[in-house]
Amino acid sequence: MTIKGKAYIAGAFEHPTRHAPDKTVAQLHAEVALGALADAGLAREDIDGFFCAGDAPGPGPATMAEYLNLTKLRHVDSTELGGTSYVALVGHAAAAIALGKCNVALITLAGRPRSEGQATGTTPRLRDPNQPEAAFEFPYGMTTANGYAMCAMRHRHQYGTTSEQLAWIKVAASHHAQHNPNAMLPDVVTVADVVNSPVIADPLHRLDCCVISDGGGALIVVRPEVAKSLRRPPVKIIGAGETVKHLSGGTFDLTISGASRSGPVAFDEAGVTPPDIKYVSIYDSFTITVLMQIEDLGFCDKGAGGKFVADGNLISGVGKLPFNTDGGGLCNNHPANRGGMTKIIEAVRQLRGEAHPAVQVKNCNLALAQGTGMQLGTRHCSATLIMERE
Amino acid sequence: MPEARKIPAPIVTSETETFWNAAREGRFVVPTCSACGKAHWYPRAICPFCGSDKVQWRNASGRGTIYTFSVMRRAKEPYAIAYVTLAEGPTMMTNLVDCDFDELSIGQAVNVVFKDTEGGPPVPMFRPV
Repeated sequence: MTIKGKAYIAGAFEHPTRHAPDKTVAQLHAEVALGALADAGLAREDIDGFFCAGDAPGPGPATMAEYLNLTKLRHVDSTELGGTSYVALVGHAAAAIALGKCNVALITLAGRPRSEGQATGTTPRLRDPNQPEAAFEFPYGMTTANGYAMCAMRHRHQYGTTSEQLAWIKVAASHHAQHNPNAMLPDVVTVADVVNSPVIADPLHRLDCCVISDGGGALIVVRPEVAKSLRRPPVKIIGAGETVKHLSGGTFDLTISGASRSGPVAFDEAGVTPPDIKYVSIYDSFTITVLMQIEDLGFCDKGAGGKFVADGNLISGVGKLPFNTDGGGLCNNHPANRGGMTKIIEAVRQLRGEAHPAVQVKNCNLALAQGTGMQLGTRHCSATLIMERE
Repeated sequence: MPEARKIPAPIVTSETETFWNAAREGRFVVPTCSACGKAHWYPRAICPFCGSDKVQWRNASGRGTIYTFSVMRRAKEPYAIAYVTLAEGPTMMTNLVDCDFDELSIGQAVNVVFKDTEGGPPVPMFRPV
């Protein structure tokens, strides 16, 4: 049993807003849902599968199903994997379609942390007092930024990775963002700009961190027969993997991400290898997030990521592995503090040949989207998705 | 040395009451499985390695080495979060205290020290030897 070729991404929509103080989160979810349906050429009545995650208002899928008045649902899934949820949910939708549980699946993401003034990355937050680890992390001032920073510090120690090498990831993202009229940070930056920006949590600088933005996105995943009846270029789903990586009772290597497990599963299912991939969307909450995932997916040897990302190797038209051609979370947007959805959407643009001409990868027939949700420095979810142009 | 940050009280549960009672006495105990012999972190009633519920609290040496760390420069009162690998085996999240943050390095030897929290038991932190 495989999902390979059993489902297609038929619709994709990214909300153009980056700041939405006058809209509600439910409204943003609905706008992206309708946008993706319009892109696919389908109607709300066609949706019989609804997939969402922790950013959807209310517990699970019920609230948004009602708001959108989805009345034909026969399969729902609100698996919460943090920012990578949507990468995993595309795989779940493909699996549900392969099993005949639904024909047209809607996946939505939306949120407005910018309007709500969240100090997302630098304030310790106690999420759930029932989490058994809370007493052994919260008192120490665990935040998003310093958790990822500890990974970077250990990577530097084990492999000699420098701040300048990490900076190249941001530089590449900014080269792409200059062509995106919606990007929050459209200015090209240099390695010096990154390493001279204020340190947030050693060794990560302000420009090593992603933006905080409002917005959202949605996807429509359909069975092959439906895809063939639609007007948009079909994007075939050929491999998916997901996993959780955690601290394993206090015996862990903080330089390794869950991509080391979700990646091989997705590659095996797709029957392709890293050198076959023409374009990658890699979750970029921080520069170190990108570097570790690139290594763990096998695009270079473990520990060689610093050299691999340097000198523009991630810039489309310049380097060997064009990544995040929309500017990614580092420069474009990070709606709801969850970057998984926009990773898939840019991969779909690349496979359709609809990325900005300045960043469109030539003959882009195979793309990968990789996401890390929650905290690389403690426990996180990883999902890998491989897609092919028909 | 920067001014110390206010430390929130840890949530004490039925699984960790003994740990925090020991902390109030200034004793650092580490959960160790009497079935498989391994120490683990964070503390829990079920051994994460073998699944046994025969987890005992053993007095630990309080010695460790810095696995990784990061100084939170963005905070009003900068502090150093870290993972310290204990002499007993597991690696735990903590803070590095009573030191010059610019002198910290991975591999450095550290010793446990308990620091007061806001209305709860003290929490284990570490300072360079």
